[in-house]
Amino acid sequence: MDSFTFVQFEYMLKGVGWTLILSAISFVLGSVGGFGVMLARVSQIAAVRFVTSFFIQVIQGIPLLVLLFIVYFGVGIFGLSVPPLVAASIALMIYVSAFLGEIWRGSVQSVEKTQWEASECLGFTRWQSLRLVIIPQAIKLSLPSTVGFLVQVIKSTSLASVVGFVELTRAGQIINNSLFQPFLVFALVGVLYFFLCYPLSMWSRAMERRLNVGNR
Amino acid sequence: MNYNFDFAGLMPYWKMFLQGTVLTLELTLASTVFGLTIGILCAIGRRSSLRPVSAACGVYVEAVRNTPFLVQIFIFYFGLSSVGMQMPAAVAAVITMVINVGAYSSEIIRAGMDAIPPGQIEAAECLGLSRPRIYWHVIMLPALEKVYPAITSQFILMMLMSSVTSQISTEELTAVANNVQSITFLSLESYIVVAILYLILAVILRFLFLLGEVWLFRRKRVIALARRRLAAGNVPSIPTNTNAVRT
Repeated sequence: MDSFTFVQFEYMLKGVGWTLILSAISFVLGSVGGFGVMLARVSQIAAVRFVTSFFIQVIQGIPLLVLLFIVYFGVGIFGLSVPPLVAASIALMIYVSAFLGEIWRGSVQSVEKTQWEASECLGFTRWQSLRLVIIPQAIKLSLPSTVGFLVQVIKSTSLASVVGFVELTRAGQIINNSLFQPFLVFALVGVLYFFLCYPLSMWSRAMERRLNVGNR
Repeated sequence: MNYNFDFAGLMPYWKMFLQGTVLTLELTLASTVFGLTIGILCAIGRRSSLRPVSAACGVYVEAVRNTPFLVQIFIFYFGLSSVGMQMPAAVAAVITMVINVGAYSSEIIRAGMDAIPPGQIEAAECLGLSRPRIYWHVIMLPALEKVYPAITSQFILMMLMSSVTSQISTEELTAVANNVQSITFLSLESYIVVAILYLILAVILRFLFLLGEVWLFRRKRVIALARRRLAAGNVPSIPTNTNAVRT
């Protein structure tokens, strides 16, 4: 039986790379979607707000794993066979946009109402006051939870392994299949995830402390 | 797109879906009860003045919060069995879920405890309350009351996370969908059915937790009632400091 050598470790590091790529893709796409969800949630049209909140409830009410399977098999019915990376990106994008949209809506709504009124008095349109007055302030408030959610995204990419995308967890499984040393391999995988996530967690917490968001 | 959904083809397997739902609920219940216990203990431990205790709790919480649940479950199921601690998949699933939810809820509870104003504790000390009573009545209960929404949504997230335990072949809802789709080849339909079942479970749990809030926190109800009476002008005055109201 082989033992754990640098070759395996290198393979694992390659998995780390793919985990980061998938996280980046889903975070960027999810941010775009989340921005749209946030806009729809603060819309003045009740129907838009209602539909978006229904979407959020649904996405937050089903497990990411099941969502991943639905997307994976769902694009199949169009007669397309998509690579696992695409399926995982789509599922994570939907998931991330629902959660980020909610986070950002919270911070947009926690900007004081007088700011809206003031910009209205200055003759700004709704979009202008959102873009020039509200969002710059909301970004500052939302940053800690956004970075905190980024940790969640990195951890969630591990589920992409079940549709066969070779990121860190799948790399660990493949190595384990040849070495049969699950404790060593998966502990190492866990440590690598920890090194990815812990700095972000610390950063998020430091920002939170600096902003003191909790006591606003 | 010419795809005919065939949900009727899944009807013969309704019993499997039901069993999966039951197991998912059992996993959720077990991890809620034990996870909350661990969470409370760990929150107390992290505020302890004994350095080793608080450090150990801190390491536990950070280790769990910064690694994926899937990897944790692999370590507990495959990893521990390779070093001679073999257990059934469902047991490994429950243990991992308890450890996971314990870490998350301890962080939430700690935040609630940290938010108790020191003046409250000093006031309780001045009134001569014993340490355990201060801890329970002045710190723990108001803290739990404050973080109840956050902690219950963590439990619902845990219910959804239990789907990941299908990866070590725990026969819960998602694993049932895996099995049914491999028998019937109705993969999309199976997962849609399961998604709807999860959604229903999440809605029901949210409703139950809402009822629980009303039932558990009598103090909150008393204060709300007094506020309403005050607003209507029925009573002369009540103290504005909510924590001073006796239950």
